[in-house]
Amino acid sequence: MNVFDILGPVMIGPSSSHTAGAARLGLVARRLAGEAPVAATIYLHGSFAKTYKGHGTDRALVAGILGMRPDDERLRDALTLAEEAGMGVQFIPTDFDDAHPNTAEIHLTDASGHTSSMRGESIGGGNIHISRINGLPVSLSGEYYTLIVIHRDVPGAIAAVTDLLSEAGANICHFDLSRQSRGGEAVMSISVDSIDADTGAALCKKIDALPGIDSCISIQPIG
Amino acid sequence: MDSLKYTSLAELVALAQARKERISDVVIIDQAAQAEDIPQALYDKMLHNYQVMMESIDKGTDPNLKSTSGLTGGDAAKLHQAYQRKRTLTGSFMSGAIWRALAVSELNASMGRIVAAPTAGSCGILPAAVATMREEHNISEFNCVMSLFTASAVGMVIANNASLAGASGGCQAECGSASAMAAAAIVEMAGGSPEMVDHAVAIVLKCTLGLVCDPVAGLVEIPCIKRNASGVTTAFMAAEMALAGITSHIPADEVIVAMKRVGDLMPVALRETADGGLATTPTGEKLRRQVFGDGPIVGCACKGPAHQ
Repeated sequence: MNVFDILGPVMIGPSSSHTAGAARLGLVARRLAGEAPVAATIYLHGSFAKTYKGHGTDRALVAGILGMRPDDERLRDALTLAEEAGMGVQFIPTDFDDAHPNTAEIHLTDASGHTSSMRGESIGGGNIHISRINGLPVSLSGEYYTLIVIHRDVPGAIAAVTDLLSEAGANICHFDLSRQSRGGEAVMSISVDSIDADTGAALCKKIDALPGIDSCISIQPIG
Repeated sequence: MDSLKYTSLAELVALAQARKERISDVVIIDQAAQAEDIPQALYDKMLHNYQVMMESIDKGTDPNLKSTSGLTGGDAAKLHQAYQRKRTLTGSFMSGAIWRALAVSELNASMGRIVAAPTAGSCGILPAAVATMREEHNISEFNCVMSLFTASAVGMVIANNASLAGASGGCQAECGSASAMAAAAIVEMAGGSPEMVDHAVAIVLKCTLGLVCDPVAGLVEIPCIKRNASGVTTAFMAAEMALAGITSHIPADEVIVAMKRVGDLMPVALRETADGGLATTPTGEKLRRQVFGDGPIVGCACKGPAHQ
């Protein structure tokens, strides 16, 4: 803990969980999608489902999807700005069983029809946790530069990826692995200490080209 | 020097006194060392927070301000008008502190830009205290910014021993902590000793002990906005006493432990769930239906697990 955990963040009100955290979730979804989305379907669970209008959570999520940061003063006009940008937005209150009370699942579609989805939770103080990407379980905070590697569950896949990271001088600070079945589709989420966006993108491209790797997505840290 | 752990205010006070420095001087040096950065970089970052705080006072004074729910807005402007016409009961000092706290808090409810201090729900108290000191006592920008380090250190000690989240400690954890932080900043800006800071913090927390978190419709508006006004006046009251040499019989560190115990004893209905207190009064219920319709409400509008 440091002084800026107490005094901060600079944010758009009214609530660090309902606006600052929500905007960050939207921003991760947008970075995951890559291209500007033309349609967003947002499922809301728990407190998010019940109070999203009064707390402005809807505007905050959309602001993030539009690429705004949590302290962007345009956040309150995000729904109008989405309309102007030609992005269709739909909110669907739902029930994800025992998910965290502030959970949102964001499905985005870009102009070429490419889709992506992300489920995350606003866990307090504007902090977030991402629990699913494209339906696969992950665990990341968005605090660090993160690589999401979708691959086959075969021996050596992790070693090949971490070798490349090591060569690039990237220090891993969080590693998470999950698979659907033995030998089936699997996902690594790897967070690393500060590397610049170009190095990260080049690294991701190299990982992408490895045998047994389906795709690599890089997500820049959410400040 | 070993890095500080911020688990005891008495320790911090003793260290500052031994070095004949202000608490803020001790804190900025320690925090820079912990961040492996230079003090100037931390000062600059804090200056940015200070600037956003001052902007939020100006923007929150807009008479046309309205919250997203439509329930609140425009109250700071009313008192500001009386202040400008010099038609206030308590003079420019206290009325100024009150309208400034209302302004920031109302801006927060209307989706304006604020600094969580320590939370969004209690974001009006510290900026109002600092701006009022600057205005009434010509405190330099440097000393205003430095006082925020002292305030943050108090917040860290509370976070480490109790909580800053309404969901775990009630409003005493949010507005109570913000008032304690503000009192510490005020004492330091006024030239008080580190020991006086300790007493001011203790006095504030004794006066906010047990304050419940009962937001109408689960929103950060009613009664949060007016509790920010109350919080800044309590901070000035405590600082005034401490600066005159009045001491708290119970030391701040022990009051913080009491605050934690009181929070633990507090029923869940009074910890931000909107299931008790003002939230379940007939008018509170009516306002909830007005905003959300007839469904039940689950409130959570705070800094949560990060500070528990």
